[in-house]
Order: sequence, then C-alpha cells, then structure tokens
Amino acid sequence: MNAFEIIGPVMIGPSSSHTAGAVKIGFIARQLIREEIRSARIYLHGSFLATGKGHGTDKALIAGLLGMKADDERIPDSLNIAKQKGLEYHFHGIELRDVHPNSVMLRLQGVHGMELEIVASSLGGGAIKICSIDGLEANICAMYPTLIVHNIDQPGHVSEVTSMLGHKSVNIAEMQLFRDRRGGNAVMVIECDQEIPLEALDWLRKLEGIVKVTYLSMEEKNEF
Amino acid sequence: MSFKSLKEIETLSVSQQKPFWKIILEDECDERMMSEQEAFALMQSMYHHMKQADEGYDKSLCSASGLVGKDGEKIAQAIAKDKLISGMFMSKVMEKAVKMGESNACMKKIVAAPTAGACGVLPAVLLTYQEQYECREDMLVEALFVAAGIGEVLAARAYISGAAGGCQAEIGSASAMAAGAIVHLRGGSALQITHAAAMALKNLLGLVCDPVAGLVEVPCVKRNVVGAVNAVTCADMAVAGITSRIPPDEVIDAMREVGDAMVAKLRETGEGGLGNTPTGQEIVKQLRAVTREQG
Repeated sequence: MNAFEIIGPVMIGPSSSHTAGAVKIGFIARQLIREEIRSARIYLHGSFLATGKGHGTDKALIAGLLGMKADDERIPDSLNIAKQKGLEYHFHGIELRDVHPNSVMLRLQGVHGMELEIVASSLGGGAIKICSIDGLEANICAMYPTLIVHNIDQPGHVSEVTSMLGHKSVNIAEMQLFRDRRGGNAVMVIECDQEIPLEALDWLRKLEGIVKVTYLSMEEKNEF
Repeated sequence: MSFKSLKEIETLSVSQQKPFWKIILEDECDERMMSEQEAFALMQSMYHHMKQADEGYDKSLCSASGLVGKDGEKIAQAIAKDKLISGMFMSKVMEKAVKMGESNACMKKIVAAPTAGACGVLPAVLLTYQEQYECREDMLVEALFVAAGIGEVLAARAYISGAAGGCQAEIGSASAMAAGAIVHLRGGSALQITHAAAMALKNLLGLVCDPVAGLVEVPCVKRNVVGAVNAVTCADMAVAGITSRIPPDEVIDAMREVGDAMVAKLRETGEGGLGNTPTGQEIVKQLRAVTREQG
C-alpha cells in the first residue's frame, strides 16, 4: 500500500470496507454500464448482509450508483436522492459461493436499456475487486483503465485485441483470460497504463466472435 | 515500492542523511510519478480534512444504532470545568479522539488513517499538538508522511484491518503510526521514530476486534482514545531515550503471528468478546427488530 492508501481515503464513515468500498463498487458499476441507472437489484452477501444496515452499506451502494464518490456528503441521504432521480432499487440477501465476506451482486439496467450483472467485493481500506461480469469470472481492481472483452473461445481474438492496443500505444499492465469451456464463452480482462480511445472500442465491437466489449475508464464522468 | 521494513527506512535515512519523512515522500513520488510539491500538497489536504472533520463535530448527533454520540462534548465540558486529572494535552487528545470516532459512526466525512475505525488516533494527537505547541503546519504534514511510512510497513509485514488481524492491527497500527509522527514533531531521530512505533504496537498487541453488532461503534470509539494516549506516552518514552528491547520489525512480525492465531469470532465478526456479552447480544436483538420494522 502506498502513502495515500495509508493516510486516506477522505471518506464518509463509518467503515472503509462497508461504506467507502461499497460506494466505490456502485460507482465502478455505473462507470461500466456507462449510462444512468434506471433499476438496481442488489444482493448482499455475508457481512454486507449481516451488518450492512448499521454501516450504511445500502446508502453507500446507491450513492455510488448515482455517481457519488466515497467523500460525498450526500451519501447519508442517497436513498431519498435515488427516489427523486427515479432510480428504482431493491435489496435482497444472497449466499454467494467462494467470495470475500463483504460482497455484493448487482443486477443493473440503464435508462437506455444497457444491462449489467457484476459480483464485487470490498477488500478493506476502500479497495475493491470485481469478481465477475455477466456471469463470467473476472478479477478487476478498478485502479487502471480496464478493457473487458467477452468473445467466443476461438483462436485469434487475443491477438486482435492486443495488436489494436499496440497500435494505439496503450501499454498492458496486466492481462487475464478466462473461459467457461473449450470453444464456449471466454473473457479477457486487460488492465492498461493508458486510456483506450473510444473509436478503438467501437472497432472491436464489430469484429466477428466478439460478443461484448466493456470498458472501465479512469476518466470519471459525472453525467453520461 | 512500498517499504517492507522499518529498518530499511531508518538505514536509508542515515545513509542519505535525510529525515524519515523525506524518504517516504521521495519513494511516493517515484512510485506515483508525481512531483514532491504535488505529493506534499496532497498530504497537506489530508491534514486539512482532518482539521475540518474535528471542527465539524456535531455534538447533537447520534449514530443510526443510537449506541454512540455526544460523548466528545462531555469531555469538552469536563475540561472547561477543570475536572480531569489527565492534564491539558492528554485531555484534549481524549476529546478529539472521541469526537472523530463519533463523527465517523455518524456518517460524517473523515480521513481513514489507516482505517475509518481508527480515524481518531492520528488527528487527536496531531491537531492537539498544533494547538498546544503552535507548530508550523509543514511539520505536521511531514509527520503524516512519517505515519504513512510506518503504516506501509505494517500493511506489508502484517495487516492494518480488524477483520484481518484484530484491533491490534487497526488501533494498534494507528497508535504506532501516531507515536512515530509525534517523535518527528519532537525532533527525534529515525531510530527513535521506529522505536516509538514498536513500543506503541507492543502495548496493544493481542487486542481483539469485538464490536457490538459488528458496528464501528462499541468499543471502537473509545479505543481511539487509548490508541492516541498510548501514542503520546510511547513517543515520550522514545524521546527520553527508551528503546524497545524487541527490534521494531520483529514487533510487527509478532503482531502478525498473534493476528494469525486469532479465531474468526475475534476479528470484526461481532461474534466474540464484547459483542458476545449478554448486553451486546441484547443490543443485536433490538437492532434487528428495528431493521425489520423499517423493512
């Protein structure tokens, strides 16, 4: 951990894992879906479920989905703000398998019809991990611009994506590959040192065998 | 790269003839590709946020559970009436530690240092020091870099969260960081900084994380006081020339060993210790009933 992970973050209390981390999970989910969120089904697991209420985890998750950061003083009032903005939400309990005690599954629908399902964990100190996207395993710390490509498991897609990144002078920091079975659905998660131009993402989306392209930009947008 | 041992920082400090805080600052700048001015300004903003959080204490607030709130004001009143025997410095440290812990529980803005649960320890000693000794703000920002350096090593060799290693890892770490920070303010050497941190951590070794109902409230708010007061006494011991007989890095390793041996019910689950007392369990029941009513 670096100096500002030790001294910091500046945040709304009471818990860096149950509150600040939860805000970040909501915020990152919103960055991933890239539009305002119309409805959210929120499934709390483990300690999030058991002690979330007293820690304001519910308010924190909704605040993040509304685009607030961990130091936003409106967090305690986020449930009311959600109602004003027409964000519908429902909380449920769930037992997820093989995840950190502070975990949540989010099923989101955007105002323009985008859909996203993620499972994310709050690891402590405000750090988070996205464990899966749309049912496929992932491992994203959300600290770098991250490209998530769902594709059919067949030869050539990794090289298409990586050569595109090379052309755009984007350096790969970390890369992970997952698949459900041979020839089935695969996902590559690529954490980069630079932002990826949006037109390059559109180019990728047109390629045969590429099912879905999701991009997590570190350039934060307040509105979409 | 963050530092893996206090010895490493102290050795660099001696060989490069630079103060402890400067070693941490330079390392941070290398890692994050930022200028020293930027890093210093960022840390200064952390100090300002601590100050604002202290000044913004709302004496009328209670946490959502109703378990904590309003105690900071009681200490302030007792100080005003000259009822406390701790002396002005320590009394102020107590007051600020409780206030920050309460603000955190009441969903106010705080600076996690190293965690939200322990957010009262560092500001309690640093803000009190600035008030009582009228020291330059630069020195306090430097002290935060000292604290950060100690925290980096604690995180690398052991842990800094109650869920991972018990309260010793959370309030214990904050206390060790604050002890080192004060030694810097008193003009102590890098070696003295590391020994103050070691003594502070030793005093809280074995402290379990046993919050009532799993909330960052009971006993967390008051443990911020013990962490802060312990930091001041250990810094004083180090400045007086007392050293830890167990080398600082070995003390941190011992914290890890003790934390590893702690069963899950003593690591933030709320199922052991104070959380498992009849009264603690009764509070859990009441809170559940309230939650059900609210749907």
